[in-house]
Amino acid sequence: MTQFIDRRLNPKGKSLANRQRFLRRARAQIREAVQKSLKDAAVADVEKDRKIRISTKGTREPRFRLDPRQGGDRDFVLPGNKDYVAGDEIAKPKSGDGGQKGKQAADYAEGEDDFEFTMTQEEILDIFFEDLELPNLVRTTLKETPNRAWKRAGITTAGSPTQINLVRTMRNSFGRRLALKRPGLTDIERLQEELETSERDDRPTEERSSRIAALKEELARAQAKRKWVAFVDPVDVRFNAFTEQPVPTSQAVMFCLMDVSGSMGEREKDLAKRFYMLLHLFLKRRYAKVDIVFIRHTHDAQEVEEQEFFYSRQSGGTIVSTALEKMLDIQRERYATADWNIYAAQASDGYTQSGDARRCVEMLSNDIMPLCQYFAYIEILDEREMEVFASEDSGAELWRAYRTIAAAWPNFATKRISKPADIFPVFRELFGKAEALA
Amino acid sequence: MTHHPLLFTEAEWDFAALDRVYRAIEDIALNELKLDIYPNQIEVISSEQMLDAYSSLAMPLMYSHWSFGKLFAREAALYRAGYSALAYEIVINSSPCISYLLEENTMTMQTLVIAHAAFGHNHFFKNNYLFRQWTNAEGILDYLAFAKGYMAACEERYGRDEVEAILDSAHALMDQGVFRYNRPPRPSRDRVLEKHRKRHEYEEEAYSELWRTLPAGVAPPSAPPVPDTEDDDDEMKLPEENLLYFLEKHSPTLRAWQRETLRIVRTMAQYFYPQKQTKVMNEGCATFVHHAIMNRLYDKGLIGEGALLEFLHSHTSVVFQPEFGDKRYGGINPYALGYGMMADIRRICEQPTDEDREWCPAFAGNPDYMTVLKDAWANYRDESFIGQFLSPKLMRDFRLFALHDRAADPAYQVSAIHNERGYRAVRATLAAQYDIGSAEADIQVVEADLKGDRQLLLHHRMHRGIPLHEPTKSRVLAHVERLWGHDVELEEIDDEN
Repeated sequence: MTQFIDRRLNPKGKSLANRQRFLRRARAQIREAVQKSLKDAAVADVEKDRKIRISTKGTREPRFRLDPRQGGDRDFVLPGNKDYVAGDEIAKPKSGDGGQKGKQAADYAEGEDDFEFTMTQEEILDIFFEDLELPNLVRTTLKETPNRAWKRAGITTAGSPTQINLVRTMRNSFGRRLALKRPGLTDIERLQEELETSERDDRPTEERSSRIAALKEELARAQAKRKWVAFVDPVDVRFNAFTEQPVPTSQAVMFCLMDVSGSMGEREKDLAKRFYMLLHLFLKRRYAKVDIVFIRHTHDAQEVEEQEFFYSRQSGGTIVSTALEKMLDIQRERYATADWNIYAAQASDGYTQSGDARRCVEMLSNDIMPLCQYFAYIEILDEREMEVFASEDSGAELWRAYRTIAAAWPNFATKRISKPADIFPVFRELFGKAEALA
Repeated sequence: MTHHPLLFTEAEWDFAALDRVYRAIEDIALNELKLDIYPNQIEVISSEQMLDAYSSLAMPLMYSHWSFGKLFAREAALYRAGYSALAYEIVINSSPCISYLLEENTMTMQTLVIAHAAFGHNHFFKNNYLFRQWTNAEGILDYLAFAKGYMAACEERYGRDEVEAILDSAHALMDQGVFRYNRPPRPSRDRVLEKHRKRHEYEEEAYSELWRTLPAGVAPPSAPPVPDTEDDDDEMKLPEENLLYFLEKHSPTLRAWQRETLRIVRTMAQYFYPQKQTKVMNEGCATFVHHAIMNRLYDKGLIGEGALLEFLHSHTSVVFQPEFGDKRYGGINPYALGYGMMADIRRICEQPTDEDREWCPAFAGNPDYMTVLKDAWANYRDESFIGQFLSPKLMRDFRLFALHDRAADPAYQVSAIHNERGYRAVRATLAAQYDIGSAEADIQVVEADLKGDRQLLLHHRMHRGIPLHEPTKSRVLAHVERLWGHDVELEEIDDEN
């Protein structure tokens, strides 16, 4: 007895458990690879499936195997002789083992070489978050798909009993009953009463008995009709319909400001990049459309492409206020506050020309903060500086100046960071707000 | 010739057409070729499911382990990048014999695959002596279900890391986890009953009133089944070639569930052992059968010329043998050699030359080539099949030649080619190449000092002086030490010279 079985609709992801175990096993290699890959990725691209190349160190599967290159002798057969005769010599290839079938099998069993596979965005985010040491609650908020809500979408004829629309249903029922002339209870009662009075009358006459017969017939017909024409018929029933729709969210623009003078090295830029990535991830949850504007500055500021922003160097002094001016210009030109939510993230090593900090404070408190939803400032230090500036109150000129703004504006955040895990607290209030809203 | 309507005309397949084709093939296979098969169960799967199946050793059920996830990630990457196509089918040596068909196949390919897997491989599995003696086709699916459940219960109870560590170590010794010569004692009926009783006892002991408070439909955690005790004679027999068996029985440190884990892994190893020894024959048999059936279908007017051409195109690429210098060369293609030899046997039966009569007197000119083939399928493995049946003509066709390789020499020496003086040497060399005994390291437990410092001594008996690959050797030994729990020493013995 043969059976054909269609397995195509069986649940997918049978090997998911194995995949999770594999990712866990190769965690160290994968983390390294993901970090490297994110370093080259665009700020807005964290959330994409991504090819990862890892070394198989840590996921080796060793087996005993023979190594004929190290000693001993053997014989083997090859197909496709061209013109060799017995006694000929064939030079051994420099590497590999002479095209013997062992090679492939050995690589397979040993798996010394790197290999490449695709990780889903979810898996990538897990690793990204792990580095940033995000609290779990925030992780879920961030990984959630964009908010969708059930919206009323008229009336349908099919649905679940809990969504029955009583008013509509009864209106249909009433109309149908009227149209089909369904006798009401009062009609029946009237007939019964009349019948009773007629029957109670003890002067039986021809006329009356025919009247009784007529009444009985009419009553029977009315009662039968009440049975045919149901009070509520399935055709009357209406349900509220709902469709899932994305919650209309407005758009946001995110200004990335960064000091690119010589004092900002590779490490500082990498930290800044993660800071921007995280802010971008967060904004994408809340707004349907997020624009990013990159503004770099030394002693003057320019709007640049992302590539240039992170990777090109410029020499010059450091005047932070130029970047703020540039930001205001761009905002006035392209991002009217009526249409756009404005976020700004500034990264710097904390140096600015003396006297400039005062100007920054002025611009921020008079022009920028009234426009901004949120302004986050990070000062990237190295570990040693971190110790020196252990107290929030001490610091360079810019830091002290920004502290006064933070005191006045609740939507202004400042933080000193020296490693990835320091980044998140900058956003704590921002996420805190989101959780309160959720 | 009577004119049947064609079984199918479209490239797209559907279940009705599959059914018609199956019945037509069954008719040819059983009534004309007289094959002897397990009942068939044919399943249509998607490409993702095919990848799933790849990554669990082509078994429908498997316990969870990261190495399967790694295999899946690798295969999926290769497949998506277009480097490798998926197999058209996978077939499982079980009763009923399960064949997987890929949904993307055309109707012609489905026909080919049914003939190949559900009849060719199926006949081989049921009849070859290695499979008959060493594997239990009826029991394998149940056993896999047990293994999967057992490993999952262990993970829950002892933690994933613990289980993973044991499986890692056991997998490293899989090649050394088979009995090559003698079959392990089978549990007798009484012992099986005893096992059931013990298990029952355990469940009673482990029963707790607390489980009754669980809401309906929630099952209490199942107890891991009681480990087998069927052959636990404590007597240590040395030397022992089955390392996993030895460690399972005699390791001083393993716990009961760890021993059971080793047992599961070596049962899997033993199950695959016949397949390793019969790659050429198994594929040859299936290819020969599908070739015969497809041609018969065409002769009977059941498939059209288009289908025949599509089949031939696929068939020729399957049996293609690149030459050794070719960049496509990846060893001798088992399909090519197996099919080549079997088609050659048919030729020797039907149109023998003088040379064939001299080399194969036993069957040259035998009018019934199927009987000769079936005898070969039933009673040989790759090594003995090649040693017995490889004809000079086929050696010439493949232009086979033998090389001698001494590790110390800078060059290989051609020791024999496909000519009168070389046939026997080439054939013997090729046969030896398929002998697992010489292709795999021969490692045995020779001493276990249970009273003293508990050191375990292993010997690698070198074959023709070939040593073990050094880096992997030390890594595998670390795994042996984990399972043994004390020092392990491995000596390489060269007693041939």
